[in-house]
Amino acid sequence: MANASTHDDSPHVGSGHFRAKPLWDPYVAGVFLGLVLLGTFLVVGRGLGASGALTRITAKITEFVAPSWVHANGAIGAYFAPGAHWWDDWLVFELVGVLIGGLAAGLTSGRFGAVIERGPRVSARSRLLFAFVGGAIVGVGARLAGGCTSGQALTGGATLALGSWAFMFSVFAGGYGAAYFVRRLWT
Amino acid sequence: MMPIHPQTWVAYTFAILAGFGFGFVLERAGFGSSRKLAAQFYLRDMTVLKVMFTAIVTAMLGLVVLRTAGVLDFDALYVNPTALPPQVVGGLVFGVGFAVGGYCPGTAIVAAVTGKLDAVAFLGGAAFGILGFAGAYGKLEHFAKSGANQRILLTDWLHLSFGTVAVLVTLLALGMFVGAEWIERKMRGPGATPKATDKGDTNVHDAHADGVSPAE
Repeated sequence: MANASTHDDSPHVGSGHFRAKPLWDPYVAGVFLGLVLLGTFLVVGRGLGASGALTRITAKITEFVAPSWVHANGAIGAYFAPGAHWWDDWLVFELVGVLIGGLAAGLTSGRFGAVIERGPRVSARSRLLFAFVGGAIVGVGARLAGGCTSGQALTGGATLALGSWAFMFSVFAGGYGAAYFVRRLWT
Repeated sequence: MMPIHPQTWVAYTFAILAGFGFGFVLERAGFGSSRKLAAQFYLRDMTVLKVMFTAIVTAMLGLVVLRTAGVLDFDALYVNPTALPPQVVGGLVFGVGFAVGGYCPGTAIVAAVTGKLDAVAFLGGAAFGILGFAGAYGKLEHFAKSGANQRILLTDWLHLSFGTVAVLVTLLALGMFVGAEWIERKMRGPGATPKATDKGDTNVHDAHADGVSPAE
């Protein structure tokens, strides 16, 4: 289904992009993702996540600059309480795996290389700006909801958590609602 | 009886392995591409919906079967607490950011390690947003903890058994898959061949299609 690139747009796009491996069928990818998730439930009794580890890493980086502010903060201070370690969480180690797994998959698929991916009507600089802004909005939303697409929608969805299902449909509602207004970015 | 709950270092080693699988599958699904992810919101490419719901149904059915077989203690699993007001509002905010930024946190990590500089910018923004939330936490804490904030399952809400809800979720997913395939055919199928001049076309099948600019 994914046609390999037959026209190279630029020699600078990156290494090994001469013929990208086809993507997996979405349903096959979904089954594998579901099996990974099931495995984490069976072994450690909890699911996957991404924003939790990002929060801990962000807190650690900020601690170098403003330790007293971080330590006193109600949202992130507890990571640095006596006896606690900012890295001491299942999600932090899982994130390390995601970094390695994503890199390995990119290197072996021909989809590895430095690019700024953007819609056809937007400049690279605008794309970076809007990516940052979008990321900031996502960061606030994820902290408010207590998780993201992985930790809430996927993990909570599979365990039939009511609030995670509400979160998931809210994400789609927010995305479809905003899509019209940001169509210049993507179409 | 599962979950196994191994000692910490075993669990953390397993976390790296599970994360590897997670990241690998996200890349192979095409989720290292913001254009492909954003295309979900323009009905051009429904891969996000297909992968997510297939994964949810797969894991859920596995839980149902193992629970019924008596080898899984479902009550011992961590289940995200339900706090509807912050989860609904947070989800809406998150969805807006997803459409603007083109990623969610997990996909941005995979995109960033495969070289997407827009994903690096997204992650910088996410850190900024996380800090902003932390900075405003004094004012947001009350709302962030509002609602029941406890373990509530769809089975409690619907007053149905786990098995029945699992069947309903599976049927819902199958219905959405049929709808997603229909929409994709309609948006880009025969007769909807994109014109070369059609700037609105999002050729999301190929992450390195036009619209991808080389890094400077």
